[in-house]
Amino acid sequence: MFAAVRRWFDERLDLDDLTAPLRHKTVPSHRLSYWYFLGGITLFLFVIQVLTGILLLLYYRPGANEAFGSVQYIMTRVRFGWLVRSIHSWSANLMIFTAFAHMFSVLFLKAYRKPRELTWVSGVLLLFLVMGFGFSGYLLPWNTLAFFATKVGTEITGQVPIVGKPMMIFLRGGEDVTGATLTRFFGFHVAVLPGIATLLLLVHLLLVQRLGMSIPPKLEVQWTADPSAKREMKFFPNFLLRELMAWYVALGVLGALAAVFPWNLGVKADPFVSAPAGIKPEWYFLFMFQTLKLIPSKVWFIDGEVLGVIAFGLVGLLWLLLPFFESDQPSHMKRWITGLSVFALAYVAGMSVYGLLAK
Amino acid sequence: MSTDQLSQPEPTRRRMVGIFLGGGLLASFASFIYPVLRYLVPPAVVDLGGDEVVAAKLTELKPNSAKIFRFGSHPGLLIMESNGTYRALSATCTHLGCTVQYRTDLREVWCACHNGIYDLNGRNLSGPPPRPLDVFDVHVRGDEIVVSRKREA
Repeated sequence: MFAAVRRWFDERLDLDDLTAPLRHKTVPSHRLSYWYFLGGITLFLFVIQVLTGILLLLYYRPGANEAFGSVQYIMTRVRFGWLVRSIHSWSANLMIFTAFAHMFSVLFLKAYRKPRELTWVSGVLLLFLVMGFGFSGYLLPWNTLAFFATKVGTEITGQVPIVGKPMMIFLRGGEDVTGATLTRFFGFHVAVLPGIATLLLLVHLLLVQRLGMSIPPKLEVQWTADPSAKREMKFFPNFLLRELMAWYVALGVLGALAAVFPWNLGVKADPFVSAPAGIKPEWYFLFMFQTLKLIPSKVWFIDGEVLGVIAFGLVGLLWLLLPFFESDQPSHMKRWITGLSVFALAYVAGMSVYGLLAK
Repeated sequence: MSTDQLSQPEPTRRRMVGIFLGGGLLASFASFIYPVLRYLVPPAVVDLGGDEVVAAKLTELKPNSAKIFRFGSHPGLLIMESNGTYRALSATCTHLGCTVQYRTDLREVWCACHNGIYDLNGRNLSGPPPRPLDVFDVHVRGDEIVVSRKREA
């Protein structure tokens, strides 16, 4: 029966030819091979986000008067609603974490260098998008923390010279954070961002497929000098089965976190209460938050905020274009890029911890 | 006329046709995109708050306490000092727009988002705020505390 179905498709589509790339794909095998799993785990968590997001859409109602109540309804009345929402929140956070880890592993293994510049660029853009998902999704339950986080976040956008103010009004759907902002963020979160992310993800995966897996420079030199030392495994089924195992572990961790530490809902947002003490953004924005907090209100004649925003913008741009500064010769890797990567990781981690502990 | 000339019409005529076609296409795209761009910008909201609002009843606040009141679509902060004088300030932090609060322990105005501190005249004392808070006039009318925008002198 199965053979007959297979033959029917094979006659029309030439399945062997279609799956040839999958059969020929190999993955370099060395002691750092584990890092190759991170991208796949991020992809897996993204799929979880899409699935649980669709489930949440069945009950969620955008709008300042209804949003909080509808999430409350999902969490208290809908069977397993608390679990679905908790998984969505936890998976979002884990996905951002694995995306960051994936990025730093690519950086340290020098996988971004020629010919993989565009893979890096599409990856960094995806990371920005993922943070956009986090920022827009955070507001949707319409609680106090999210309300002020959005107020501050969009106000920071407003600090950008010239284009800032119109951008802020575009994001907020008006001068202030109101129900109009919620409606917009909902649209961004469930339609605009998923559309762009899906396209970029396809580009990213096609590039990975087309260019194959990168080999760390030191090994590349060794393997080129002595081809008999080269070790690889087949992508299908060897690597894929290992990846599936990693996904299963990720699912286990996710399920446990979501069940044992269900995500809080907080208090319904009220534009006419003071910002509560100890207010902080989500952890993945903390390093930027803490930096802005440390910049004095005036540096020379420039507003501290404006300076911070411009600095982060420039760093982001440099980050995006990093591969174009790198040499393509494994023996001529730029030391400053490695130095910068170590510094960036230390800065992001250090500032996040500082932000977490600071009052 | 040779066959060569037939297969290659005058370049100027071809270019003109190209310009008209391309220009027409661009113009039609512009006519699609313009309404979309305008649609993205939210219509301006008229603030119907007026210049004056009843912020509280006379009996509502105790000395050394404060409350948030609505001034149009924005929050305001009404403070009763220990000596009984009222002060009204804009409650929107000049830093990144969080809503500030009165700290009874410090007797100052504090923004929880980034640790900005203002004095009771709205002056930014420390932390990131770049400008002072707007100060409103406070009057007592009957048993109501009325807050109004400062008249431009």
